[in-house]
Amino acid sequence: MDGYRIVRDRSLAEKIREYWIEAPMVAKKHRAGQFVIIRLHEHGERIPFTVVQTEAEKGLIRLISQSVGKTTEEFTDYHTGDSILDVVGPLGLATHMENWGELVVVAGGVGAAPLLPIVKSAKGSGNQVHAIIGARSKNLMILEDEFREVCDEVRVCTDDGSHGSKGLVTDVLRSWAAEGKKFAFGITAGPVIMMKATAEAMRDLSIPGLASLNPIMVDGTGMCGACRVTVHGKTRFACVEGPEFDALGVDFHELILRNRAYRKQEMEALDHYHSEGCRLLKAAQELAHV
Amino acid sequence: MSEQKRNLKLHPPRVPMPEVAPEERIKGFMEVPLGYTEEQARLEAERCLDCKNPKCVAGCPVNIDIPKFLKEIREGRYEDAARTLRETNSLPAICGRVCPQEEQCEARCIEGIKHDPVAVGNLERWVADWEREHGAIPLPEIPEPTGYKVAIVGSGPAGLTVAGDLAKLGHDVTVFEALHRPAGVLAYGIPEFRLPRMIVNSEIDYITRLGVKFVFNVVVGVTVTLDELFAEGYHTIFIGTGAGLPKMMNVPGENCVGVFSANEFLTRVNLLGASKFPEYDTPILDSRHTVVVGGGNTAMDAARIAKRLNGQKVSLVYRRSIDELPARKEEVHHAQAEGIEFNLLCNPTEVLGDENHIITGIRCVRMALGEPDDSGRRRPEPIPGSEFVLDCDAVVVAIGNSPNPILTKATPDLEVTKWGTLKIDADTGATSKSGVYAGGDIVSGAATVILAMGAGRTAAAAMHRYMMGLPRPLRQMAS
Ligand SMILES: Cc1cc2nc3c(=O)[nH]c(=O)nc-3n(C[C@H](O)[C@H](O)[C@H](O)COP(=O)(O)OP(=O)(O)OC[C@H]3O[C@@H](n4cnc5c(N)ncnc54)[C@H](O)[C@@H]3O)c2cc1C
Ligand SMILES: Cc1cc2nc3c(=O)[nH]c(=O)nc-3n(C[C@H](O)[C@H](O)[C@H](O)COP(=O)(O)OP(=O)(O)OC[C@H]3O[C@@H](n4cnc5c(N)ncnc54)[C@H](O)[C@@H]3O)c2cc1C
Ligand code: SF4
Ligand code: SF4
Ligand code: FES
Repeated sequence: MDGYRIVRDRSLAEKIREYWIEAPMVAKKHRAGQFVIIRLHEHGERIPFTVVQTEAEKGLIRLISQSVGKTTEEFTDYHTGDSILDVVGPLGLATHMENWGELVVVAGGVGAAPLLPIVKSAKGSGNQVHAIIGARSKNLMILEDEFREVCDEVRVCTDDGSHGSKGLVTDVLRSWAAEGKKFAFGITAGPVIMMKATAEAMRDLSIPGLASLNPIMVDGTGMCGACRVTVHGKTRFACVEGPEFDALGVDFHELILRNRAYRKQEMEALDHYHSEGCRLLKAAQELAHV
Repeated sequence: MSEQKRNLKLHPPRVPMPEVAPEERIKGFMEVPLGYTEEQARLEAERCLDCKNPKCVAGCPVNIDIPKFLKEIREGRYEDAARTLRETNSLPAICGRVCPQEEQCEARCIEGIKHDPVAVGNLERWVADWEREHGAIPLPEIPEPTGYKVAIVGSGPAGLTVAGDLAKLGHDVTVFEALHRPAGVLAYGIPEFRLPRMIVNSEIDYITRLGVKFVFNVVVGVTVTLDELFAEGYHTIFIGTGAGLPKMMNVPGENCVGVFSANEFLTRVNLLGASKFPEYDTPILDSRHTVVVGGGNTAMDAARIAKRLNGQKVSLVYRRSIDELPARKEEVHHAQAEGIEFNLLCNPTEVLGDENHIITGIRCVRMALGEPDDSGRRRPEPIPGSEFVLDCDAVVVAIGNSPNPILTKATPDLEVTKWGTLKIDADTGATSKSGVYAGGDIVSGAATVILAMGAGRTAAAAMHRYMMGLPRPLRQMAS
């Protein structure tokens, strides 16, 4: 097989794109909460993405990628008709689902992507689903309409007040609870620092729940331990035992520091990519002039 | 020279393997042993006594007819020698390089009782290399398709052996591999300087030419289950998923930035090209002093790779003495020659990190050897008050691997032992699940390439008998 074909792609927000990709075996098996690991090309890195949605009959999976570094930046050059070299999955455990009654999901930025399949599944299990979606500003907010279609109530907020209320998701969570709302369970996904704050709010408000973690991964099958996280003082491999863990037990501080491990190399990779890009662009321009 | 005229009383010394000098080889990933020349190979083969009762054959897990192939070398019949090897060993270029010969064929060599044993491994490598360099490896005659379909899970040496054996018998074989590249530990574990990628690729190419199909990015048990494979029409399945789950030390600080499992370290470099970063996208930390914990082949490989990543300082920490090091002696010598410092009889107790959780050192305690344990080796015991700190900025944990539970967890009707290895019938490799066979590290726990291949050979024979006893597939009956 010559890779996995992209059948549709579009921009969702600044630096965030979605892709529908042919990966029939993954599409058939996927359940909410699971992810894939992809590799764009022969020199590529293996990086994880949540499967946001599937069309099993057509063998398609939907991925949403935010550009944060070299590989996700390069991904934005891939469009309909292009193929990516490797897609493996579905990896990780499916989200543990039950009828909690009143469920709240708290999404920060691209964290809305992993939460969308979870709210759909939770709705199917009979929950009342409440969502809080936060982003830095309006042009970075994604999937709001799709959340509104499924959830019983959606509240949005932005850091700069350009959309919804001005403030952080934790402000919304606390004020919603202050209105007298009793949430039986919470699930959060987004930047680690935001999940850390959300977990603290959940602890204060006595809401048990899960955080969907995004450590650095390599194989995604339990073989390397790159994805080690500490939960309730114990080391866990997020790719096979997660990616969701008890939000109140996660050592977020450690996760933040571990995710920074390759910062220097990440900058170097991006620089190298951009300079390569410039070189190629120049070459193309020169050719165009001839 | 005819066989009769050989003067076997001379006992010339073993022809040493030419090697790249340590200062040269640590600059890159070139293969360290250069291989014999034709002349050297002939000379070494001359040393064989052509024993009536060749003990070396019994020492080889796949019972290669060693005196025969050595004689064929002596007589310049290299093609025949290659054929003799391939009769029982489908990966001779690999085994000649990575087999622990000194514990197997060469350990039993009769010439070796009083003198140096014949360098069987070096000669096996020479013949296999000669064969490859003299055109494509000839394919055996393959019988008419039987119509039976075989699924192999895992493309390590065990799975590759079963795939090759059953394809040669006319079965339709598909290998499912979780990673994006075939060959298991041969691809992600053993580094280029011991086993060049080109050698592995040429063996995979041979198996592909036998008609075997490879499907990558499939984690069997997750992407597709064994029962689904049967439902898709596979008649029998072989499980060769290896022992890929890293053991960690379970000491405080182990999750500091800069602490890797050997699997992660090796995978980044061998499978993902991290030594060529940023040409390749996968990074590896830029360390000045790497401490590798462990004493097996994996530890030696990790240490020697670390040495080659910008010539950094590398130390090994192992809890027993030099005599108990489980790695091949040859690899220990290579590591020492490359300037890796051995800290023997000491054991880590804690990884030290700074306020940003970045590793700064590793605390170890010195050990003394006490009474022998179950394995017969003297048990190392900590010496109270002997703690010391090695300053370092990376630690690679290479203290062993256990079977990866993904497939067994997803398949409750597969019986496992308390160590998580698969239970099989030793004569056939049959598991507790009908039609499913297994072999290699998933059964034995972490072992060797040649043992995995031997297990594959046993299972392939049993799988063939099993299929031939099944009703003929429809396609076959129709034709
Ligand atoms: C289970 C899981 C699901 C994810 N789902 C999504 C998703 O649906 N959409 C999305 O946009 N992102 C998702 N991510 C994060 C995404 O994998 C990273 O943003 C991506 O790997 C960054 O690669 P890069 O080369 O572009 O950036 P880099 O320059 O390599 O890194 C930028 C930052 O990304 C993080 N990162 C780097 N490498 C990895 C890696 N191999 N695995 C995880 N994080 C890494 C690091 O914290 C780093 O600081 C998910 C991560 C995990 C673990
Ligand atoms: C660093 C290192 C150095 C070594 N050096 C030597 C040496 O010098 N000499 C020697 O004889 N032995 C050596 N060994 C041991 C030897 O490599 C192994 O014993 C041998 O590879 C085992 O073969 P196997 O086929 O059982 O499994 P493996 O080689 O482990 O292959 C298993 C394959 O199955 C795949 N897999 C796992 N689960 C699934 C799944 N659910 N679905 C699909 N695919 C799956 C894996 O990705 C892998 O590719 C070394 C091992 C290591 C780690
Ligand atoms: S396969 Fe290994 S044990 Fe057998 S002859 Fe070759 S080197 Fe020796
Ligand atoms: S035991 Fe040694 S000398 Fe005898 S046949 Fe084998 S290799 Fe030759
Ligand atoms: S990513 Fe390798 S063990 Fe989880």
